Amino acid sequence: MDISRRDIFQVGGKLLVLASVGATLEQITGAAPPSDAYRMADHWWGMIVDIDKCIGCGNCVRGCSKENNVPEGYFRTWVERYQIEEGKPPHVESPKGAIDGFPPLARTDLKSFFVPKLCNHCADSPCVQVCPVGATFVSPDGVVMVDDNYCLGCRYCVQACPYGCRYLKPETNTVDKCTLCYHRITKGLTTACCENCPTGARLLVDFKNPKDPVHEILRTHKVQVLKPYMATRAKVYYENLDGEVR
Amino acid sequence: MIPGIDGFMYPNEVELQWSVLIVLYPYITGLVAGAFILASLERVFRVDAVRPTYRLALLTALAFLLVAPLPLQLHLGHPERSFEMYLTPHRSSAMAMFGFVYLWYLTVVLLLEIWLEYRVEIVELAQSTTGTKRLIYRVLTLGSYNISPEARRIDDKVGYAVTVIGIPSAFLLHGYVGFIFGSVKANPWWSTPLMPVVFLFSAMVSGIAAVMVLYTVSMKLRRTPIDMRCLDTIARYLFYTFVIDFTLEMLDLIHRTYESDESFRSLDFMVHTRLWFSHVILQIGLGTLVPLALLAANQLWKFTEGTRKAMYMTAGGLTLVGIFAMRWNVVIGGQLFSKSFLGYTSYKMDLVSREGLIPAILLMLLPFAIFWVLLKLLPPWQGGKAHEA
Repeated sequence: MDISRRDIFQVGGKLLVLASVGATLEQITGAAPPSDAYRMADHWWGMIVDIDKCIGCGNCVRGCSKENNVPEGYFRTWVERYQIEEGKPPHVESPKGAIDGFPPLARTDLKSFFVPKLCNHCADSPCVQVCPVGATFVSPDGVVMVDDNYCLGCRYCVQACPYGCRYLKPETNTVDKCTLCYHRITKGLTTACCENCPTGARLLVDFKNPKDPVHEILRTHKVQVLKPYMATRAKVYYENLDGEVR
Repeated sequence: MIPGIDGFMYPNEVELQWSVLIVLYPYITGLVAGAFILASLERVFRVDAVRPTYRLALLTALAFLLVAPLPLQLHLGHPERSFEMYLTPHRSSAMAMFGFVYLWYLTVVLLLEIWLEYRVEIVELAQSTTGTKRLIYRVLTLGSYNISPEARRIDDKVGYAVTVIGIPSAFLLHGYVGFIFGSVKANPWWSTPLMPVVFLFSAMVSGIAAVMVLYTVSMKLRRTPIDMRCLDTIARYLFYTFVIDFTLEMLDLIHRTYESDESFRSLDFMVHTRLWFSHVILQIGLGTLVPLALLAANQLWKFTEGTRKAMYMTAGGLTLVGIFAMRWNVVIGGQLFSKSFLGYTSYKMDLVSREGLIPAILLMLLPFAIFWVLLKLLPPWQGGKAHEA
């Protein structure tokens, strides 16, 4: 079969388009490139949340709940709505963690925004520090998790978490929390909350991947973590975070 | 709007994680540490007047110490895994050390001191009793029947050394319990370096008050005259310790109020609403100021014996209520406000569930049952002789 120069350009062009689409998808979803041999040492996971992009739809909460069988009334992730009137304490709400979104605002003349929350997967986690048996731990790739088969259910970690991210799972009587969808991210997928976010407000990031967009974001954007004074080295960074957010 | 919630709580914060059982834990360990320190007054500091309560204080400490881990055990989601704390303790965890501190205190300090103190009587009873009692006492001798004057002198010396080790151990036991709370930086109601010190002094207050009440009640029940010199001395030490404890608590309060950091508005609101009764009325008013006034009055004026007994009993009883309220306000109060400082939740105590009111009451009665058994087994009434070592 003869291969003309024209054929080579056509195939090459298609490949280029496909590759660029792939790259764009990767940037949008934050998905790490699929890998057959996942090496924990090659990753250091975190998340970037852009407050201005969140529309409070609750898709992330629903997606997380379904993906991880989160018991009703408890939340691995949730969304808060802040309304701020000058000179007054902020009015904050998160009805059922925003699993059904939010009701319309009573007042539309106030500063208002949504804040998605999840475990901050702190590098210096107070929850990990206090666990009496080491059932909660930071994985080598930077994800804070709980070993169900080891947790005593003493709930010291729940008390120690400054962000309210932990709860006692009624079915197992052990502490449960966001795992950053570890079962997904180790297969090259993104988290359920990132995947379900229609606006790309959440972005799973890998600090050890030199090609990850996180480096560009941290270099060029103003970002903040929640409660920086807690010195937990949180790995969930927020863009456009208002000073009132707790 | 969720019932019992004011303002905004993080969704996972609505439910309280540490119940009334965790209130009992520092309360009971406090009684242990306090009772032991009272016992050490006679042994180490040669306060001879409190001799009649020496053995009583040791048995009180033991009765409560045996119950101390039970509320924790009942509270755990997986009590069957608690042994992991001994096998694979997480060294950075304050809580992981509990088992070791507890075992040290129970075996090295308390059991050893009680055994040395009672050894002569145990040997005598092992020889004079019959049946099951004889068997029990024979086991308690641990095979040592030598009660010669030389052996007694060694017992006394070792007992003294154990008490000397026991004082810092008692401090460690309860200071450590305070550290469990004081080191939680996420919770401003708990997070203060004063917490272990406040816990320690409040422990001494509650332990001394408990022994004072138990001594008076047991003397009444035995229709034996109360040694008023002993009771006056205990009351005086209770007063001194209480003054230090109250000063530390007020220092903490003044410091928080003056500093007025981010959490202050939230905590202040809580004290004025949800904790008003348990904190202001019970802990500060009835549980501290009234007993302090009663004890102080006895330092200033001379009352009749009957009046003094009534005043001491009232002061002791109220002190025990006040210290319980203090533990309640720390443990429950520390969970009533959101870590966002934007809202408040409520604590609804169950009645019969595993962490409910009934188990809590039973757990509080259990030390008294153990105490009664210990009194039968190791009568503290004969030990009138002062220690020589």
